[in-house]
Amino acid sequence: MAKPIVEVSHLRKTYGDKVAVDDVSFAVQPGEIFGILGPNGAGKTTTVETLAGLRTADGGTVRVRGIDTQRHPGAVRDILGVQLQEAALHDKITVREALNLFAGFYANPADPEELLAMLDLTPHADRRFAKLSGGQKQRLSIALALIGNPEIAILDELTTGLDPQARRNTWELVERVRATGVTILLVTHFMEEAERLCDRLVIIDAGNVVAEGTPQGLIDALDDDSTVVLRFAPDDAGRARDVLEQLADSDPEVARVDLAETSPGEVVVTGTRRVLFALVPALAGADLVPDDVRTVARSLEDVFLAHTGRAYSTGTGDADAPTDTTLVLEGGRS
Amino acid sequence: MTATATATPTRVRPSGTGWRGFGRLLRTETAVWLRDSSSVFFGVLFPTVLLVGVGFGIPGMREPITGAPQDSLWYGVTPIATYLPTVLAMAIGTLAILSLPVTFATFRDKGVLRRMSTTPMRPQAIIVAHLAINVATTFIGVALALGVAQALFGIVQPTQLGVVLGAFVLGMLSLFSLGMLLSAVVNKPSTANAVASLVYFPLLFLAGLWTPGPIMPDIVRQIGQFTPMGAAAQAMDTGWFGEGFPLLQYVVMLAYTAVLLPLAIRLFRWT
Ligand SMILES: Nc1ncnc2c1ncn2[C@@H]1O[C@H](COP(=O)(O)OP(=O)(O)OP(=O)(O)O)[C@@H](O)[C@H]1O
Ligand SMILES: [Mg+2]
Repeated sequence: MAKPIVEVSHLRKTYGDKVAVDDVSFAVQPGEIFGILGPNGAGKTTTVETLAGLRTADGGTVRVRGIDTQRHPGAVRDILGVQLQEAALHDKITVREALNLFAGFYANPADPEELLAMLDLTPHADRRFAKLSGGQKQRLSIALALIGNPEIAILDELTTGLDPQARRNTWELVERVRATGVTILLVTHFMEEAERLCDRLVIIDAGNVVAEGTPQGLIDALDDDSTVVLRFAPDDAGRARDVLEQLADSDPEVARVDLAETSPGEVVVTGTRRVLFALVPALAGADLVPDDVRTVARSLEDVFLAHTGRAYSTGTGDADAPTDTTLVLEGGRS
Repeated sequence: MTATATATPTRVRPSGTGWRGFGRLLRTETAVWLRDSSSVFFGVLFPTVLLVGVGFGIPGMREPITGAPQDSLWYGVTPIATYLPTVLAMAIGTLAILSLPVTFATFRDKGVLRRMSTTPMRPQAIIVAHLAINVATTFIGVALALGVAQALFGIVQPTQLGVVLGAFVLGMLSLFSLGMLLSAVVNKPSTANAVASLVYFPLLFLAGLWTPGPIMPDIVRQIGQFTPMGAAAQAMDTGWFGEGFPLLQYVVMLAYTAVLLPLAIRLFRWT
């Protein structure tokens, strides 16, 4: 592996009695999209703002390209672009003015017009900041983080408050930025965002790293039980449950059978990864044809649960994040 | 947030290294500032509007004062001319105390200063830019007021021009120091508005806005000379119409500057 471009080791930061970051360490490789994922108040923003040299650490070291940013915060300003979670601009400055203004601060700035085009801001270039939509403000914020042609960009909660479509567009954009060679440190509390974008990530909870790895690696490392949801015609549902409960008693691959609480006719079966193999012959034997079969994929949410013993919850509703993938089998649609 | 948490405010450290792009910063900040019509009105037009309004609105303002003793400062001067020093002191205070703190409170509230801290530009640059804008606007507002007063009323040639200029400069230093102190600590634009008004209007009163030079009660003069705006107005009065050197007023203004400016720099909060 190359030498890490960002190194955080045993970072600690307190506000009075409140420990915001207890002990956080991680290293980011050049060219990665590296995620810092965690629930509200986990200490993500504190971590990256200390890393950027914007807050003073109480312990540990933070380095960007080998430079101690606590000691020499000014030395990384030209290579580190930062999109702050809470920072805005003058209400009356236009998009283009803001980009040109910030471009002037850097030694080798990017071309503001190119960035405007890349972030789909060209049509809004002469609009004032206060008149921009949430998504446009976020895109401008990303543009400002990139205007200095940084090697590393810190993006803190860049899709919070965006609608699902705008969020997906922003994700594509982050991938486009990475394709230009920028290393990205992505702070988020959206599991789906981290899973979709990050090459590697740390999960932070209450100021500590609880897990580190690739999204898939973390998910694969979980106990490998799996869940299958079967939907039956209403008439069949009761009989199906009886058959499957018998199966659960007799077959070690099948652990539990539950009726779905919200949708009538759905039966939830949990077992080993081979649970599906056990189900199919049993259903065939009883001539029960499900209308639909879904395997519920494991997600980072399960990783969080496994490492903290708590369900992952964020203050803001993330209702649109689907956690299960339909497919695998299309049941007989008679 | 707990009490202990708020006791240790986030330290966002101004860490930028250079002044690259300062020219563009100054131009952009000026352009954006000019879009706010109220700051332009109060900064540029208000002193002139006030002079013209009082000059024509109040009877007798343009008649030379003959009731005063022959050896007084005011003998033979028109009341509107005696109003000029007060209006000039007010012109400084309007920008320094009403406009500047609201600007910085808004920046702090919105995170503009934090945003700047992430770039190579020193965030101090934005302070310098806004001081420059406000100082320049003060000069423009004052020049306009003097020009219009000369055209409409004819202003008196100061007896000691140097003393007037010195008083004006010291007035700017002391009032902008006071304005910077308010700017340093006030977090919310609404608080800044309230605090600024609480400071501004008593200062205007003590500087003689309602009771200029000849008609100022002695008690107002006594107290006023220890305020930056009052001292500026009185020192300009002496330089304009009288003789001698307004030592006390000069010292008062110097003292305000010497105490408040370092304090403002020390207390300045970036978040
Ligand atoms: N300036 C501050 N003063 C006092 N406490 C703070 C300050 N900043 C953060 N905290 C506290 O430190 C903890 C970590 O905050 P931080 O903002 O780093 O969390 P986060 O993971 O970024 O959360 P979010 O998802 O809400 O952005 C929180 O409990 C927060 O209340
Ligand atoms: Mg945060």
